[in-house]
Parts: sequence; C-alpha cells; structure tokens
Amino acid sequence: MNAPMSTAPGLFGAAAALILRDVRLLWRRRGDALQPALFALLVVVLFALGLGGEPKALAKVAAAVLWVAVLLAGLLSLDTLFRGDAEDGSLEQWILAPVPLAWLVAVRVLTHWATTALPLVLATPLLGELLHLPRAQLPVLLVSLLLGTPLLSLLGAVVAALTVGMRRSGILVALLALPLYVPILVFGAGSVSASAQGLDAGGALLLLGAGLVLALVLAPLTAAAAIRISLN
Amino acid sequence: MTDFPHAHPPLLAARGLTFTRNDEPVFGPLDFAVDAGEALLVQGGNGAGKTTLLRVLAGLLRSDQGEIDIDGRRANAAQRSHAIAYLGHLPALKADLSTLENLHFLCGLHGRRARQMPGNALAMVGLGGYEDSLARQLSAGQKKRLSLARLWLSPAPLWLLDEPYANLDLQGINLVNRMISAHLRGGGAALVTTHGAYAAPPVQTRMLHLGGEA
Repeated sequence: MNAPMSTAPGLFGAAAALILRDVRLLWRRRGDALQPALFALLVVVLFALGLGGEPKALAKVAAAVLWVAVLLAGLLSLDTLFRGDAEDGSLEQWILAPVPLAWLVAVRVLTHWATTALPLVLATPLLGELLHLPRAQLPVLLVSLLLGTPLLSLLGAVVAALTVGMRRSGILVALLALPLYVPILVFGAGSVSASAQGLDAGGALLLLGAGLVLALVLAPLTAAAAIRISLN
Repeated sequence: MTDFPHAHPPLLAARGLTFTRNDEPVFGPLDFAVDAGEALLVQGGNGAGKTTLLRVLAGLLRSDQGEIDIDGRRANAAQRSHAIAYLGHLPALKADLSTLENLHFLCGLHGRRARQMPGNALAMVGLGGYEDSLARQLSAGQKKRLSLARLWLSPAPLWLLDEPYANLDLQGINLVNRMISAHLRGGGAALVTTHGAYAAPPVQTRMLHLGGEA
C-alpha cells in the first residue's frame, strides 16, 4: 500500500508468515496438538505402574524411559509434518515461492520442534519426578534432550519428506526413521548413564551437538530435494 | 501474428518441449510463445496432458527435452518464482484458517502486488463479508474464488491457470475473464487450460491443441 513497487517477500518475512500460520493452525486444533505430550505422559505413567513403584528400580531406568518416551512421541507426530501441506497443494506453492524451499522446510521443522518436542523437554523435570529420576541426573538429561530432540526432528523431516508422496506411510516412516534415531538415543541416554556412573558425559553431548549442527545445515536441503522428488 | 517482429522477447517461449511418463509420450514436441498482453488457450480432452504441461512450465515437473525461455532467458528456479503464478487443481488453502488469514500467508510467501490488499481482493472476487469464514466452510466455487484472489494479489506477470473455470457459476466465469483481461492490459500474460472453447477470455488469444490423435 505504501510501497511504489510490488513487495517481494524476504527470507524473514516468509518465515514469519509461515510461523504465524503454523501457530494459528495449532491453536485451531489444540486437541490434536496435545497428543504427543499425552502419549509421552502415558508411557511414563505406565512404566512407573509396571515397575510396581520400586523407587530403586525406577531410578535406574528413569533417564532411558524419558528418552524413549520423548522419541516415540516425536515419531508419532512425524507423519503430519508435511502431509497436510502436500494434500492441499500448499507444498506446490512453497516450491514456487521466491524463497528457497529448504528455508521454508527448516522453518517448518523448527516450528514443529518448538511446538511438539520443546514442551516435553520443559515437562521433563516433572515427568522425572514420577520416575524417581535422581536429581543429579536432571541437568545432563535436559542438555541431552535439548541437543537431541531437534536432531530427531530434522532427521525425521527427511524421512517424512521422502514418504510424503505416498498415500499411507505410517509404518514406513517408523521403519525408515528407526535406524537414524538409534544413534541419537544411544548417545542421548548414554550421556546420562555415563554421568550417573561418575564418568564424563561431555563426549556424548558434544557428538550430539556436532550432529545437530550438521543436520541443521544438511537436513533441510535433503528434505527439500526429497519433497521435489515426492511431488513429481 | 507469429511472424510479427518483436521488440521484446516473448514472456514465455517453449521449443521442442517433450514430456514422457514411463516411456509413454504425454505431449510434445511443442513449440509456442506467449507475449506480454496475450493469452494462450491450451485445449485438449481429459488426459491430453494439459495439467502436465502447466506443471512442466511452472517447474514442478522436469521436461525430457526442449527449452523454456522466460523473458528471453533460459528458465531457472529463481526466475520462475518471480515470473510465474500457478493456479492448480489443489487450492493450497488451509481449511482451519479464515479466508483472510489464508491470503495473508500466501502473500507473505509470494509477495504482493503494489496497491493491492487481501481485503480488497476478497471483495473483488465476490467474497466480501466472508473475511472471517474458515476455508472449510466455503463451497467449491467459493474456494476457487479465494484462489483467484490469491492470484490477483500475486506480483508475477505470467499466470498459469489450470481449469480456472471449474466449479464456477456464470458470474464466476465472467470474473475470471475480467481478471485475465485486466491482467493482460497491465502487461501480463496467461496460459489457460480448458476442455473446450465454451469459456474463453475476450482478449488476444493464441490456441494450443493437445492430444490431436484422440
């Protein structure tokens, strides 16, 4: 209205529009948005009940259970990452937009992480109490989750992008994502158990950090290429 | 018209464009050009490859052979994204967002023409008063009108319209024709696919027939 020429979107303008859209959509369907968090809570509670309220047995496995619960909750919401946008044609318009597709994918994935995984990480101290997690392990667990969950989301995005062209891909997404997720789980849960035994957790955390940096650069590019192939 | 000497290269030109799917030729080789201020009517029956042609031109599919020039230069992704607005079969609307929110997002993604606002565009396509309606509450024709509003806001000079008349009533068909006429007067160009010639914009039009053997 005030610009004399047409307004071309910048990287950050497009990102802001996409984040605003995703947050609005999430709010409109907030029941669905709660599903991963409820799922993680369910896993934790069932584990606590299954082990029969033995604080010592629970404390031993608490960190690993929390890691698995967060990982499975992330897997649950993976298929929705691009599917809706593929089915209503939004992805076509993303490809035709003047901003790089990889940038939009990165923004979408990080918004998705911030709205599904981050609340779980923030709830970890509470869930840890349910499992008698030793307080001393909490800081390492939180750091490993903060480094590991965005890595899970980024790798998961590549898998979700590869399968977005298929009509039903529920089990395929899980099968493809599993081998990619295993090392992250090993290093993430491993860092906590190492620190519990008095060893240095730094190595595993640094590896997670290195993986995250690498995935931040490469995963959006790979996912963007996969989307282009899937929509053919 | 084709041998008319041009001061400017055509807005869109294709030479020897061929597309095959699973070793079956879908169309081609095709040669055509569209100048600024012109519309190209792509005709053909179901399955003749109209949609495929538009998707190839938009860069969503890769042609097997042939060249596409936009404004005299070989088309690449960056150039396409600034020159082309694509209206496909899929509306690219989020069902849980209001009409205005949908337009705001798509403008944020594609940019906006000077002096055009989403609210005015809604009124122009006959959706005034529906600003707060969710897209899921609209009829198929109203969704089409919302997509047309998005097209109207796009700053791209070249419109690729896949069956723009589908689902529209007579007023809607007139609306599409008026929009295309105005766009062409402003120096734009449009490729329009239709089943037949029953609805065509009253403008300078070239024709392209696909699937002649049927």
